[in-house]
Amino acid sequence: MDEQHHEHHHEHHHEPGFWRKYVFSVDHKVIGIQYSLTSLLFLFFGFSLMMMMRWQLAYPGQPLPWIGRLFGEANMPEGVMVPEFYNQLGAMHGTIMVFLGVVPLAVGGFGNYVLPLQIGAPDMAFPRINMASYWFLFVGGVVMLASFFLPGGAAQSGWTSYSPLANIAPVGQTAWLIGMIFLITSSLLGSINFIVTTVQLRVKGLSFFKLPFFVWAQFVTSFLLLLAFPPLEAAGVLQLMDRVAGTSFFLPSGLVVTGQPLEVSGGGNPLLWQHLFWFLAHPEVYVLILPALGIVAEVIANNTRKPLWGYRTMVYSLIFLGFMSFVVWAHHMFMTGMGTAMSTFFQATTMIISVPSVIILTALAISLWGASIRFTVPMHFALAFIPMFAIGGLTGLPLGLTASDLHLHDTYYVIGHFHYVVAPGTIFALFAGIYYWFPKVTGRMMNEKLGKLHFWLSLIFMNGVFMPMLFIGMAGVSRRLYDQTGYAHGAAVQDLTVLGSWSAWLLAVAQIPFIVNFLMSMRKREKVRSDNPWEATTLEWATPTPPPHGNFLTAPQVYRGPYEYSVPGRTADFWPQHLPEEAESPQPRPATT
Amino acid sequence: MSAEVEIPYAVKPHPVTGLFNGKFGIWLFLASEVMLFGALFSTYVLLRVGAEVWPHGYSLLNVPLATLNTFVLILSSVTMVMAWASLKMDDFRKFRLNLGATVLLAFVFLIVKAFEYGAKFEHHIHPATNTFYAIYFTLTGLHGLHVIGGILVNLYLLLPGSAMWRTEPERFTNRIECAGLYWHFVDLVWIFLFPVLYLL
Repeated sequence: MDEQHHEHHHEHHHEPGFWRKYVFSVDHKVIGIQYSLTSLLFLFFGFSLMMMMRWQLAYPGQPLPWIGRLFGEANMPEGVMVPEFYNQLGAMHGTIMVFLGVVPLAVGGFGNYVLPLQIGAPDMAFPRINMASYWFLFVGGVVMLASFFLPGGAAQSGWTSYSPLANIAPVGQTAWLIGMIFLITSSLLGSINFIVTTVQLRVKGLSFFKLPFFVWAQFVTSFLLLLAFPPLEAAGVLQLMDRVAGTSFFLPSGLVVTGQPLEVSGGGNPLLWQHLFWFLAHPEVYVLILPALGIVAEVIANNTRKPLWGYRTMVYSLIFLGFMSFVVWAHHMFMTGMGTAMSTFFQATTMIISVPSVIILTALAISLWGASIRFTVPMHFALAFIPMFAIGGLTGLPLGLTASDLHLHDTYYVIGHFHYVVAPGTIFALFAGIYYWFPKVTGRMMNEKLGKLHFWLSLIFMNGVFMPMLFIGMAGVSRRLYDQTGYAHGAAVQDLTVLGSWSAWLLAVAQIPFIVNFLMSMRKREKVRSDNPWEATTLEWATPTPPPHGNFLTAPQVYRGPYEYSVPGRTADFWPQHLPEEAESPQPRPATT
Repeated sequence: MSAEVEIPYAVKPHPVTGLFNGKFGIWLFLASEVMLFGALFSTYVLLRVGAEVWPHGYSLLNVPLATLNTFVLILSSVTMVMAWASLKMDDFRKFRLNLGATVLLAFVFLIVKAFEYGAKFEHHIHPATNTFYAIYFTLTGLHGLHVIGGILVNLYLLLPGSAMWRTEPERFTNRIECAGLYWHFVDLVWIFLFPVLYLL
């Protein structure tokens, strides 16, 4: 391989074949696109699971029209969903959205594509490991999908897979654990790659405090993935041992299941699973949100034509957030009886961690002050992100305080809270990122009108889904109920549930303009007139469009910070990082496609 | 793969960090491994603290065999360093001897371990027997998998992978260094496992 490389040194590189170029590619951009498309499909799939659950929630016991009979007698006899199938859909919705949808898109997709470009690198530090990380994700995803066809169906103990319930669940849970081990390996390899790339491959002049905020966000996220996922892997191995080798890591002595004492040695600790799980899953929350903050910061700086307000403070907050995210996990466990001293500690750390989040969000909001904002489609999503994420964050406070958590724990309020963070929060940021970087990836702009239609409809229906949940939760309805109308307090708020269901289905309709736009724009839309259509300052816009293998025609050098917009005394309102001091306004160079 | 682009600091160390990419990567990987085994050791602590009775490892497990295994692994770490040092001193023949010895010692470790496992299975002792054996088999089993991983890597570097020595000696030496770091970690895990499981 390397001898060949030397021989052909002076000739042109061989054009790799189809498989090498598009399927088993080592190019970070192809891998980024693979990640993005895979995770978009999984997001759609995970959303579809939820749409089916919403039918059962809104119209319990009624047959699902048209498609209900397609799911087999075991799952939906006469088109009516059985509770076990409902549980499968719920567990897999959570798992797929988090581990196969949002994280692979935010980190694997955007991180892979944009981060090396923004630091001026020719590729990731370990291209082949990068490829491997995608294929681990792919296999993990296939295992998860295949588990629906196992006897007893897919995992059905919630995405949290609490023991001992998960220990005694059908074989789908074993598949879930195996799938998770693949997904964990994937993000482990990815995170090593991101950290090494960021530290080692920054171009000349690009010191840490000249990095775009997006790179910082990915960098901190990678540390969370690197250090938080292994404990879940440990937990997964232990639960796998419990299920396959008959150990009792999570099974206490004297456990009785459906009236029968369980034939195990006992002596285990069910809380241990929760500790190990949340030790991952709380940092995971920040894995979901930090890359989103990074994208929003890029889009806001670009569209306000101003430097980000308090860039350094934002970076310090980000790092502090990363550290703190490792010491808040047990605020998910206030109700487990782990003791008041523990609860008080985790309540305090939880209140502390809200401070840096608020600082970052405030800095983003203040960045808007006095700007003449360009209301582009990505900016719409970025602007909506701020209040939506704020609702998500603020509704979290009552959950972090032990007293109010007593009432709200495990109700729909929790669902409403974290979906505000992840859906109109992170997913809006991801849409902003798609509209923002689409011209770099494809060389074509996306349609403004369809984009804005997509935005407004999504904004309305997102709130239609999640706002009612906050009230349903405050009414005391448990998040796992298959049919809440069986309880008086649930029946009283059933109208809100119906509203949520219709909003969810209409939210799906609202994605049609996006899908049409995405597919049409790839082929039909006008080509970008310059390599830098948004007149941005960061390095990814200094490449040809789309960037070739190896990215930059000549290695760039960085002269200034990432957001030098509207610098007094300069004719153009943006001053790219790679332009030397003496060069005046950048000439709008025709796109080098 | 002729379409590969040249990655900076793939071989030469970065002037600021002093590391080539691979070495940095392997350190990060080991950091994650520390978290993996850290979680399992925490599990051990939690289970033991929560148990009404917990057996002493020395009353159930074969301490002399495990002591032997400890020395075997430490010795293999020594030969691993010597393999790397031989390359640094440009002595390929000595490198092969030392890396070969490392692989051999790793096999010795696994065989001894297999005898220990076998003796337990003969007495119908399994992971399901009680929580002590559950954590014993899980920890040593996972460590055993790491040993097997190390053997595979070292065998690759000893046989087909060593062709790189003729074309890119510096890069090959780097690879041995990374494999060595991993191998020392596997050794180190055992040095924690041995007293925790066998002696306490």
